[in-house]
Amino acid sequence: MNGRFRILLPVLSLAVLLAAVFYLQPRAMSYFGLNLLFNLAVPIALATIAQMMIIMVNDIDLSIGAFVSFVACVTATYLNDAPLIGALILLASILAYAALGALIHLRDLPAIVVTLGMSFVWAGLAVLILPSPGGAAPEWIRAVMTVKPPLVPMAVVACVLIAGLTHLLIMRSSTGTLLRAVGGNAQAVFRSGWSVVRLKAGAYALAGLFGVLSGMCLVGLATSADANIALRYTLLSIAGVILGGGEFTGGKVSPVGAVLGALTLTLAASLLSFMRLSPDWQIGAQGAILILVLAVRLVFARKGRKWKEAGNGSSDG
Amino acid sequence: MAHRMADMIGSLARRPWFWAFAASALAFAATLYLTDGRGGGGLLSAALTFASFSAIVGIGQMFVITLGPGNVDLSIPATMTLAGTLALKFMDGASSLVLPGLGIALLVGLGAGCFNYLLIRLLRIPPIIATLSASFLYQSLAIWWNRGLRIKPPEVLAEFTTGSFAGVPNLAVIGIVIALFGWLILERSLAGRWLSAFGQNTRAARLSGVPVETVRAVTYISCAVLASLTGYLLASFSGGAALNMGAEYLLISIAVVVIGGSSIAGGNSNVPGIWGGALLMFLVVSMLNSYGLGAGVRLIMTGTIIIAIVAAASGKGRAV
Repeated sequence: MNGRFRILLPVLSLAVLLAAVFYLQPRAMSYFGLNLLFNLAVPIALATIAQMMIIMVNDIDLSIGAFVSFVACVTATYLNDAPLIGALILLASILAYAALGALIHLRDLPAIVVTLGMSFVWAGLAVLILPSPGGAAPEWIRAVMTVKPPLVPMAVVACVLIAGLTHLLIMRSSTGTLLRAVGGNAQAVFRSGWSVVRLKAGAYALAGLFGVLSGMCLVGLATSADANIALRYTLLSIAGVILGGGEFTGGKVSPVGAVLGALTLTLAASLLSFMRLSPDWQIGAQGAILILVLAVRLVFARKGRKWKEAGNGSSDG
Repeated sequence: MAHRMADMIGSLARRPWFWAFAASALAFAATLYLTDGRGGGGLLSAALTFASFSAIVGIGQMFVITLGPGNVDLSIPATMTLAGTLALKFMDGASSLVLPGLGIALLVGLGAGCFNYLLIRLLRIPPIIATLSASFLYQSLAIWWNRGLRIKPPEVLAEFTTGSFAGVPNLAVIGIVIALFGWLILERSLAGRWLSAFGQNTRAARLSGVPVETVRAVTYISCAVLASLTGYLLASFSGGAALNMGAEYLLISIAVVVIGGSSIAGGNSNVPGIWGGALLMFLVVSMLNSYGLGAGVRLIMTGTIIIAIVAAASGKGRAV
């Protein structure tokens, strides 16, 4: 699948879902309706971007859900009561992510297992910080998350910002190109004189950073935290990256697609509640939508291949 | 003589599964040290019982992981729950229906495995995403079927799963028999050679005449069937099927494979390590429990131990 096709499908699936939601519930087509629909998408989009950073360097992060929960617990306790200590803890956790990236590369460890182990560690730390649900969101985060810009709701503005900034960072900057190259061919990057270990640590640090942002946003929306608040983000974020046209290997990712994928998943949940589907089937229908989108993607890929075979393949990119 | 002993120990330590068993023994000893050696038999029998659940799902996951990078079955917990729920609801506490109930559970596994494989094969969905999306469907099916009711297992079955034969828990016997079969298939059969060849180099395997698609299909199906068997046993053992009963087995099934010394990149697996890893996962938790550590510290230690074992077992550094 080339670059243009890669972004077309997430756009299309989001548009179809949005149209379906508006058809079922015309009142959603308003400032408040959109805000309600997409509110929870902001932390999910940030977590998806974090996951994308890891998938970009050919690894996978099974700990992102536990990590976001941990950050949420820190934000609702330390960052609220003692901002300096809270900020230091969050900074240290980003450094821990960078160190993990370096360790995984230096010792040639399977990321899936190391992050699996880390998911226990983050969950344990979260339980230690906040044994029972509670805490409070710092005022300023709450204020940021509930700001009401004119015309377009905050959630939409935030998602556009996230997509735009990460697109510039990953697709347009030289650092981003190098990071994607690590996923494409780490050996070649190493041979041309770059430190792969530093790049990999950098990619993991970025994942940590976006994980921290996700946790903070989540607390801003939920106003309190608990140790299991974001566990489902692990699977959601992986699904979001893939829905957004990313691939597990080769550094082929799309930040804009990832954000769109996250929005699609959030919207799928809203659509199901609008359809008055029995709650029993909500999770299942989410799985079905995921399968459907990927099936459509297969058709797209086949069309793309035929297009190329017909002699139009020069625009491969 | 002493020389030969040292040789033997040396070759034992080179086995990939050695460290899992060594660490399990250490955790066992550390727990007994606290109780001055009392309760060793009870601890061992509990460890064997609980480890057998992890071992059976772990063996299925191991076969899938052997297929190579990207192959992992994330639908194990949902398949377990669905199989346990459906089977218990069908039996409805009637002891005469124990075997048909088992048949229902295994059919659920067969169906789930076929569905997983079809998604991977026909829709070309990466296995992680395919099994993940499918697991959402299984989960919904279980919720819808069960309606939150907790149905007791037939008495015969409850007695069997909690009982023991000559001091060895029945569940451990089942787990060991399955492990023996798994070992025979992996190490001593043509199918096992095919499986390893698939994981080492799929293209080379196909060119040399290995029926690669059949191998992949059978692998995913047997993983789901083993998960459904575990669901059936676990639901009977714990007095009823709960909707979240499989949840912890997602991480455990992957962890025991890796702790046991199988390569996460595929193509190189071993069955004894699965039991070693399963025992270790249980013994570490019970050790930390008996030292009175809270849930938080216990989780942190479990995670650290997983990472430490993987880092130690990898044993190869890399130039910066």
